Amino acid sequence: MRGIENVSRRRFLAGGMVAAGALILGVRYYPVLAADDELPHDTKADNATLHPSVYLGINPDGTVWIVAHRSEMGTTSRTTLPLIVADELDADWKRVKIEQAIGDKRYGDQNTDGSHSIRSCYNAMREAGATARFMLIQAAAQQWGVPAAECETNLHVVVHRSTSRRAGYGELANAAAKLPIPRRDQLKLKPKSAWWYIGKGQVSYDLEALVTGKAIYGMDARMDGMVYASVERPPVLGGKVKSYDDKEALKVPGVRQTVPIDPFKPPPAFQPLGGIAVIADNSWAAFQGRKKLNIAWDNGPNETYNSDAYKNELRATSHNPCKVVRIVGDTDAVFAKGGKVYEADYYVPLLAHAAMEPMVALADYKDGKATIWAPTQNPQGAQDTVAKELGIAKEDVICHVTLLGGGFGRKSKPDYVAEAAVLSKKMGRPVKVVWTREDDIKFDYYNAVASMYFKATLGANGKPTAWLQRSVFPPIPSIFDVNAVYGDAAHLQQGWTDIPYDLPNLRVENGPAKAHVRIGWLRSVANIYHGFGIQCFTDELAHAAGRDPLDYLLDLIGQPRTIDFKGVDYPNYGASMEAYPWETGRLRHVTELVAEKSDWGKRKHGKGTGVGIAAHKSFLTYVATVVEVEVNDQGEVRIPRVDVALDAGLVVNPEATRAQFEGAAVFGTSVARTGEITATKGVINQSNFQDYPVARINEVPAQTNVYIVDSDAPPAGVGEPGVPPFIAAFCNAIFAATGKRVRDLPITKLGLS
Amino acid sequence: MIQLKVNGTAQSFNGAPEMPLLWYLRDILGLTGSKFGCGIGLCGACTVHVNGQATRSCVTTMQAAAGKEITTIEGLEKNGLHPVQKAWMQINVPQCGYCQVGQIMQAVALLNDKKQPTDQDIDDAMSGNICRCGTYQRIRAAIRSAAGEMS
Repeated sequence: MRGIENVSRRRFLAGGMVAAGALILGVRYYPVLAADDELPHDTKADNATLHPSVYLGINPDGTVWIVAHRSEMGTTSRTTLPLIVADELDADWKRVKIEQAIGDKRYGDQNTDGSHSIRSCYNAMREAGATARFMLIQAAAQQWGVPAAECETNLHVVVHRSTSRRAGYGELANAAAKLPIPRRDQLKLKPKSAWWYIGKGQVSYDLEALVTGKAIYGMDARMDGMVYASVERPPVLGGKVKSYDDKEALKVPGVRQTVPIDPFKPPPAFQPLGGIAVIADNSWAAFQGRKKLNIAWDNGPNETYNSDAYKNELRATSHNPCKVVRIVGDTDAVFAKGGKVYEADYYVPLLAHAAMEPMVALADYKDGKATIWAPTQNPQGAQDTVAKELGIAKEDVICHVTLLGGGFGRKSKPDYVAEAAVLSKKMGRPVKVVWTREDDIKFDYYNAVASMYFKATLGANGKPTAWLQRSVFPPIPSIFDVNAVYGDAAHLQQGWTDIPYDLPNLRVENGPAKAHVRIGWLRSVANIYHGFGIQCFTDELAHAAGRDPLDYLLDLIGQPRTIDFKGVDYPNYGASMEAYPWETGRLRHVTELVAEKSDWGKRKHGKGTGVGIAAHKSFLTYVATVVEVEVNDQGEVRIPRVDVALDAGLVVNPEATRAQFEGAAVFGTSVARTGEITATKGVINQSNFQDYPVARINEVPAQTNVYIVDSDAPPAGVGEPGVPPFIAAFCNAIFAATGKRVRDLPITKLGLS
Repeated sequence: MIQLKVNGTAQSFNGAPEMPLLWYLRDILGLTGSKFGCGIGLCGACTVHVNGQATRSCVTTMQAAAGKEITTIEGLEKNGLHPVQKAWMQINVPQCGYCQVGQIMQAVALLNDKKQPTDQDIDDAMSGNICRCGTYQRIRAAIRSAAGEMS
């Protein structure tokens, strides 16, 4: 039956990641590894002649190997981090080859989430490059018998300034390798004026492979002797198999056997959900066999979960006093005085990630060791989870990271990797677990459903004299602790406790909510609902006050100052407040910039058209967005134009950053237009793109213009911060165009048509 | 026994005739450029050409593919890159890239059909192909650019 026999060796078939372009000719994306290779898995960088850092190595032919230790899901981490190394090394990018790291704690944190790859690794990447450059200069100076201070580097060569003698990095590699590795305080980083790549950027290292189908994703991983698995999981979280009959399933041609997977012991964390796996010769046969399974389930206590009723519970909770998480002045005293009060409830449902590549993983367990190939954002987390499931040491789990067909936070959770490992151990051969789209939608770690209540009184010029906000949502810590019901500081900080307004009386609260599905990080996370609620309620108050929404927003942000979080549990996304203070002047600046660039107040808007504005900081990046919409008589919404201004500090790769903000507008369009996961009796109602639609080319902004503030502040995040202000500005634009206020997402509930 | 041509090479298949072409290409021939995204023809990640027509291979059975000429991304251009692929690189379209093979196969079929597509033509032809990263603005630009190159 095999038409092309290319699976003859017990090898991972990754040779396909050879692109035809001159830059990366002959480079394998992966080291070619057999599953039974000796440990540890040294990289090409490790084995290079000059190897002063885990992140790079230089060979006598001048090739610079740089290790990409974080995952590539489309944000260019795999390109942009090596680009920083190359710049500080003064290397010719054309002579750089990138190899992907396995999960290994020697690289530090590898969980590619939270928009912090550049922020957290910028200094380490620069130091890696500077270390090698220091040693190359020393080696050249010794050869020439001149002081090192008289030498400098210039794109892959060391030059002696006065005599113009030159030596290439390759010819110096052997001599440099004999020198001691310099201390950090001996390193001299290049001045900004000498940067080749930082601030100028570069397209993806894999670009040609991406357009030729040669790029290898998790879905494309193959191993000799592997079988395919599709798993029928408990439809309700925490459910168990009562009994099952696989007779019909086993009759399907290509199906080999069925294998039960144990249910998890709460809390779910990243454990497999349990169920019955169908093992087959190909993916499709496994899917077909699964349809023929006859399983009786014990659904367990989450069977009582109905998302409609749950929404009412969240709302009711938010209408009563909750836990205070930040307080300024005394809102109660102001409200007690009476007078007109403005109140509003805002709501965002559960959201699914729906990355284009469904979850998939390939595992080979043999002799107490597991070799994994997976599209994971979190290879060390995968090691931990697999080790625990199999009862082996973390070091005995080798986790190779393929390209990811999208991640958006879902692939930080390695439950699907653990499934493959458990099945491989039971089968005694390599197993590839392939999730269907239906599995992906029904067994996600959803972005939390949230209800928010706002209350304000207005004074002179319509400015709030008191502002109360309460949010209620099932928190992410509930996947690790079934009793966790309150928002944790790491997620309350996401656009909630850090409301940046200059208000005399402010009260920020959070209420309890028990989770009945797995809650997890999704691009922008809690900023999605917090940004939506605050920025739309602000727009409501602007209209109530008869003020221009831009002027009003700037008035609330107030004059440039640094927010004092004294008394507030504010983790600042793990960054120091000294290096990354919350500066309202920067939020103000992007707001003014986007207003100017979008000709705010200058464009004429006819019937059914309007613009909206919103400003929101997240992942340490300041963003303001203006969205223009057109709503026709049939209620169809078009988005002719989006303008977005951002201050992310130093931007290493502007081209990739523009792409991230263009994409964020599309992601936000999906959330706002149609994003909604619901449940009945604990079972998720949606299953595929017909009932969980995501934005298509005819529904998205026709043009998104991105303006990047030139800044020398330390780098912040760019993958996520574009989403929250887009959603709010879009909904504010719909109000401007139609007079209808969006308080419940998605907008399908508004009844525009 | 089902006979078909894949990228110019004759193939025969004696498995289940209702098996989708996508899984034959991916799991049996090892041509993994065409992607699995939804399995029901809603996302376009699996798009290939069947006798020159852009077709969702995840809902095309082997029976339906019998006797047909199938072109996948691996066989799109024998030498170098197709102008649409070049445009995709020049405009720097891909982010994660997973959907882009399907997008490219769809765009090639569009441009084979209409040398100078209007914006409406582009929306009509491409609205079956989802990109979750949201590269649509660049997809439009790349199609316009390729149309210019190919005319």
